[in-house]
Amino acid sequence: MAAPFDRNDDSVVVIIGTGAGGGVLANELAQKGVSVVALEAGGRYLPEDYINDEWESFGQLAWLDPRTTSGDWRVAKDFSGLPAWIVKAVGGTTTHWAGASIRFQPHEWKALSTYGAVEGANLLDWPIDADEMAPWYDLAEKKLGVTLTNNLPGLPGNNNYKVFEAGAKKLGYTEVHTGRMAINAVDNDDRMACQQTGFCFQGCKWGAKWSAAYTDIPRGEATGNLEVRERAHVARILHDDSGRVTGVEYFDADGALQMQRAKVVCVAGNSFESPRLLLNSASSMFPDGLANSSGQVGRNYMRHTTGSVYATFEKPVRMWRGTTMAGIVQDEARHDPSRGFVGGYELETLSLGLPFMAAFLDPGAWGREFTTALDSYENMAGMWIVGEDMPQESNRVTLSDTEDQFGLKVVNVNFSDHANDIAMRNHAYKQGAAIYDAMGATRTMPTPPYPSTHNLGTNRMSERPEDGVVDRNGRAHDVPNLFVSDGSQFTTGAAENPTLTIVALAIRQADHIAGELSRGNL
Amino acid sequence: MQETLSLRTLTRRQLLSRGVAAGAGFVVGATFVAGRDAAWATEMNALKPDTMATLIQMARDIYPHDKVGDQYYAAAVKGYDVPDEVDFAEDGIEMLNAKAGEMGFGQYLDAGWEAERVGILRAIEDTPFFQRIRGGLVTGLYNQKAVWPIFGYEGESYSQGGYIMRGFDDISWI
Repeated sequence: MAAPFDRNDDSVVVIIGTGAGGGVLANELAQKGVSVVALEAGGRYLPEDYINDEWESFGQLAWLDPRTTSGDWRVAKDFSGLPAWIVKAVGGTTTHWAGASIRFQPHEWKALSTYGAVEGANLLDWPIDADEMAPWYDLAEKKLGVTLTNNLPGLPGNNNYKVFEAGAKKLGYTEVHTGRMAINAVDNDDRMACQQTGFCFQGCKWGAKWSAAYTDIPRGEATGNLEVRERAHVARILHDDSGRVTGVEYFDADGALQMQRAKVVCVAGNSFESPRLLLNSASSMFPDGLANSSGQVGRNYMRHTTGSVYATFEKPVRMWRGTTMAGIVQDEARHDPSRGFVGGYELETLSLGLPFMAAFLDPGAWGREFTTALDSYENMAGMWIVGEDMPQESNRVTLSDTEDQFGLKVVNVNFSDHANDIAMRNHAYKQGAAIYDAMGATRTMPTPPYPSTHNLGTNRMSERPEDGVVDRNGRAHDVPNLFVSDGSQFTTGAAENPTLTIVALAIRQADHIAGELSRGNL
Repeated sequence: MQETLSLRTLTRRQLLSRGVAAGAGFVVGATFVAGRDAAWATEMNALKPDTMATLIQMARDIYPHDKVGDQYYAAAVKGYDVPDEVDFAEDGIEMLNAKAGEMGFGQYLDAGWEAERVGILRAIEDTPFFQRIRGGLVTGLYNQKAVWPIFGYEGESYSQGGYIMRGFDDISWI
């Protein structure tokens, strides 16, 4: 039967969320002939709709439903209702992402074995490894058209990159390049080449950056096997007396409660909404929430050890021109405990427009110490730190007393840095400043983390059911036809931007689900 | 900048003759606040003109940019000049002036040096009034497209085809 599907059709796979995980999974299943209903809380926006104005775009795309925060992270003070900067739209945060597409390093799949036990951290090895993931990474890189893979050329470096590259090389760094990016340097796969417009975070108006919104989603729909329901906010997942999920309840675009039956349910709402949904789906059979016999649903929230370094120079840089994330230094991504921490970090150029720079450079600050930095905005260069942070059981997503517009409990996000996170960030601040000092910076500014864009780990993958929520295929340990398909299944975060790994896992999961369906195992 | 027709029709001399000096930079009339050079003026809808002049100075003292004219600070706080915000703004400025008095100044605008005014602001920076004014300025000031060129920021480039042919890699000093 072809899309659209009847709400009583219990043969469909229901996917909740259409971002890097859900959007890719939906298309991959549809290509294999599986009937899919994808429920997306946001609306549909395409390149012609994107707005190259930071605040206006934020109002258009960001998830702005209420959330609450706690813990000692500075975001809880500066942006107490906005723990994450992620997107509510068809295509999810693939609209907003910068495009960095790098593989985990082999040892990062085995953090516990490689680093050893770290006090206060809930480290665990992934049940899968680099060899097993390699072919899925190959497919993911091909799908995203990642530069510097598959004989695709790299992007040209912009002004911000040139400062960064020259400083890094003066410091002796050798793994310095314009990055493996899901942004076309040449026309490829029906998407045009990057026009160095900036505003990558606001949605690429040229479609040069890969986003599920205008690749996987329409390609899946074209098969006739995928129906995407926009502005469909899932309230809870339903199950029968045997403990199998049977469908989902959701509020449709008109606010009416609907029910969609399902053979399989895949949760891909990101690391806040996915555990929220499992917790809000508690029942007499699953009193602590669906798939939560381990007690790990919502725990081990990771956001990468981040921060930025901005610097001013005597002469103009104009960092906003061109790709937002225009290059990378990978020398510090290695695991080298002699630096005073386990794991590693990447340094990647980043720029913000003047309005967001004013909001994020030093939130809450005022007076000339702050404004003289902005006076030199034109002469500013910037980079972002992204490093592996430690999973901690107490860093967790729980249900808050606050309710959303549908009367559903929203999440509280509790986060405090681990000592390893702090040591890594301080090391990265020092190295980032040294890169700019080598280029004659007149001032360097270690900038605190923004609301999180990399949200990971709250439904983690584990070999043993007591250690995590899902198995090596993302299938819930407790519920045979329930899957988690987004970054919340990450066992550990690694040092790399997560999207490529989320996509690779989604392609792999689609293969697993389609196989299990054809074998009659679901 | 909002100006009314009644103010527009006045010559600079006529405008200035209808007000009295307030602080270093402003002329305050019965219904308006203007720059001392009469290059800009804003007519009051709900707030006392003295309150608006103090808010404008406070905005500059919170986020001082010497190349940014007072008219942009005035635009950034003009949103408080509505009936719903009168109590918030008038009570807040009264509190600010009382603090200035405690610290030896007649009122906030009587403190002649920025450092003196900043000292008064530091004494109230934890109040909800200060925090709301400061938070509002982050967008009220820096999200005015008219101030972007003062900082060299070019805004969107899509309408011009991006920077691929217009200097994305034109840095010359490396």
